[in-house]
Amino acid sequence: MGYFDVNNITVAFGGVRALNDVSFSVNQNEIFTIIGPNGAGKSTLFNVISRIYQPNNGNVVFDGKNVLNLKAHQISQVGIARTFQNLELFENATVLQNLLLGRHIYKKSSFLSDMFFLNHVKKSEREQRLKVEEIIDFLDLQHYRDTPIHGLPYGVRKNVELARALSTDPKLLLLDEPSSGLTNEETIDLGFWIKDIKNLLNITVVMIEHDMSFVNKVSDRILALNYGQVLAEGLPEEIQSNAEVKKAYMGE
Amino acid sequence: MSLIQLLIDGIASGCIYGLVALGFVLIYKATETINFAQGDILMLGAFVAFSLIGVFELPYILGFLLTVLIIGSFGFALDTVVIRQVIGQPPFATVMLTIGLGFVFRGFASIFWGTDIYSFATPFSGKITEFNGLIISYVNLSIIIGTMVLMTGLYLFFTLSKIGVAMRASSENQLAAYYMGIPVKLIFSLIWAISAGVAAVAGVLLAPITLVDTSISLIGLKAFAAAVLGGFGSIPGAIVGGIIIGVVEQLCGTYENYLFEGIREISAYLVLLLVLIIYPRGLFSDKAEVKKV
Amino acid sequence: MRFIFKTNYDQDINIVRHNGDRISYGLLVAAMIIIPFFIDDFYLGELSYVFILAIAGIGLMILSGYTGLASLGHAAFLGVGAYTHAFLLTNGIPFYYSIIIAVVVSFFVGAAIGFPILRLTGMYLAIATLAFGFIAEHIFIRWEHFTGGNRGMVVPTPEFGGISFYDSATFYYVCLISLIASMFAAINILRSPTGRAFVAIRDSEIAAQSLGVNIARYKALSFAISAGFTGLAGALLAHYIGYLAPDIFNIFFSLTLLLLIVVGGMGSLHGTIYGAIFVGSLPQMIAIGRDYLPSSIGSQPGLEPLLFGLILVLFILYEPLGIYGRWLKIKLFFEMFPTYKKQTFKKQKTFTKSDRV
Repeated sequence: MGYFDVNNITVAFGGVRALNDVSFSVNQNEIFTIIGPNGAGKSTLFNVISRIYQPNNGNVVFDGKNVLNLKAHQISQVGIARTFQNLELFENATVLQNLLLGRHIYKKSSFLSDMFFLNHVKKSEREQRLKVEEIIDFLDLQHYRDTPIHGLPYGVRKNVELARALSTDPKLLLLDEPSSGLTNEETIDLGFWIKDIKNLLNITVVMIEHDMSFVNKVSDRILALNYGQVLAEGLPEEIQSNAEVKKAYMGE
Repeated sequence: MSLIQLLIDGIASGCIYGLVALGFVLIYKATETINFAQGDILMLGAFVAFSLIGVFELPYILGFLLTVLIIGSFGFALDTVVIRQVIGQPPFATVMLTIGLGFVFRGFASIFWGTDIYSFATPFSGKITEFNGLIISYVNLSIIIGTMVLMTGLYLFFTLSKIGVAMRASSENQLAAYYMGIPVKLIFSLIWAISAGVAAVAGVLLAPITLVDTSISLIGLKAFAAAVLGGFGSIPGAIVGGIIIGVVEQLCGTYENYLFEGIREISAYLVLLLVLIIYPRGLFSDKAEVKKV
Repeated sequence: MRFIFKTNYDQDINIVRHNGDRISYGLLVAAMIIIPFFIDDFYLGELSYVFILAIAGIGLMILSGYTGLASLGHAAFLGVGAYTHAFLLTNGIPFYYSIIIAVVVSFFVGAAIGFPILRLTGMYLAIATLAFGFIAEHIFIRWEHFTGGNRGMVVPTPEFGGISFYDSATFYYVCLISLIASMFAAINILRSPTGRAFVAIRDSEIAAQSLGVNIARYKALSFAISAGFTGLAGALLAHYIGYLAPDIFNIFFSLTLLLLIVVGGMGSLHGTIYGAIFVGSLPQMIAIGRDYLPSSIGSQPGLEPLLFGLILVLFILYEPLGIYGRWLKIKLFFEMFPTYKKQTFKKQKTFTKSDRV
């Protein structure tokens, strides 16, 4: 039993099996990367973990808790945060408001006290803001604090989504293709940040990635999926030399 | 009145709901837009038919066909000029836009044709036939048969004709259809033309029963119930949904005393809400949805 | 252009951003307070009606503009507020209690309706609220014990220290205070975590959920809060009309409220005021317009719906951000002159059938 276990997950859409008996185990404080060609079921897996899809079989255990017993909005309360492949930001809100939503799970006030904006609401707002400012400093977002999302370049948006996930103070961070669409420079920055997230913030990272040089640089361990099935699992160098993985990628 | 008699009346008015619902479904499948002005287009159809048949005294069949042609072209123009501009915007925009258009049509109709209630002569008016003791009016018969003919025609069109198949392809996957060289924009406008034409057919068939005035546009709202009941995605579903609503309305009207007063007028909306709350996928949904939590 | 140099987190939390705002809003309120001394009763009544519309607009704005949920049946909540208030007044409950109870009842009716139908999204929700509006109108007709049915119901006239409510200045102040209180309540909700959750649901349900927002709960809450505000407007409206008949709270009124928020500007509280002024003065404008049109068109009853629809269509097509959005653009144009770029407000187009989860 590891820190985060996915056991025998199967998801079928109609007759198609998007995931077939997928199992793996992630250790605490590790960067675990899932690779695989398009349609391998990677994002489906994330959607199972964040309770968007109901798997036909299997279970997911995080830190001793059965994740599949939770509702979708309870996932962040046990310490799992995620980003999305196609960015799901709150487009018409500012960066600051987006990040403050990351603090939603720490909201204690009822809507009535919100309506009168009682003192404890104001106090809590200041506290949440303090935490969010730490994340803003960590990811260098100071410049964009009050800019609405729809006016931001793509790379910054990706960064904001990462910041929003971090604002929830997670123990486990799920990143869905964090480097896609980024420039070379931004990808290098991202690599450092992900390592810092693990080393400085002690957050376990599970990510889906395509960019193999990036994956090899950052990951502690790698899982390769193809057609919904586990191809291989191991250290970056093992995966690089794995014949099955090469075959899936080269498409022999 | 016997139950079968009731059913026939219900089926006839249900066919009208079904035809309007059909228009909703066609447009929704293609563009993910709901045309809240569908009932108003039906009303325009009835008014145009009144002008052609009642005022200009064209033969019924000719007037009928001309009406469908005019309203169909109108639907085509509507998409090209107005609707296209909001495709891809949040649903709220299209909802408000088509509601606004509905008001424009209604306002236009009452300015152009006035607020009187009109009628025009049809070959079916006032005639009845007896069958095993059942009295069936020609008007009801014309509605039921007209719907069947139209349904068959549309079915053949969508399965056999090249344009029909292109329409189905564009509805399934806009982008893929575009890459295959299908002129998606033109196809969408044609779909608007067809659903406007279908609404016009409903309007002309309905005219002998309800007579012609601006209030018949309210039928569009009841037809929502039919579309939702039918699963908002399948053409037969829309018709069957319509028939169910029509029959339920008749039954509620007859047994009003046992239920509560006034239930007939809101029965369609009650069914609509119940279906949406209990079984939002409807009876004939063709989408195999991913099971979500 | 004004640059605000921030030195304190509270500057982002507070309602007013800088002293300029404080002065201009203060002056506005002061003007509203002294206005009854300068204009005659008819216009005072019209102004009260605009305030009532604005309160209802705030309600619908929270639901549609901030939570992204369309309601085509909101007049039903006006009705719930109006009938509850009138019924309680008739039964001898004092004004203050009665109006608060009316708001609370509307709130809970909103919650009760909201929970089942808010699982629906987009178009389905619009259709369901439309059906709800029709059914509610029908209940007002049929529940005669409570509403007086089609015969209607007289709204009793309360007194304040010997001054009757039908004195238009008294009523005006009641409406003004209600509007200001509603505005503050709405601003507070929107700057607090509750309001942020609403906006999150509007912009991306799936992300909101992943951040721990209980979608069903917050949607119902938004619906209930919205119904509460609208109920307050309904209670005041009852006094404005004086005699309640069920057909007041029809689909057309619901759509008028939607017109209000679209014309005013979706997603802004300023917009509710602009929209209310617009909708409130629309009948007058049409009446004036009729005089200038040839009598064959000007005397037509169809003119009103035609213009109503046309305005809606034109705003959706050409100014989706409404009057407030237009105002922001004009303001920015002068602030940035001569470097203003048209693209600043350009929105990207998207395909339908997105592959987002």
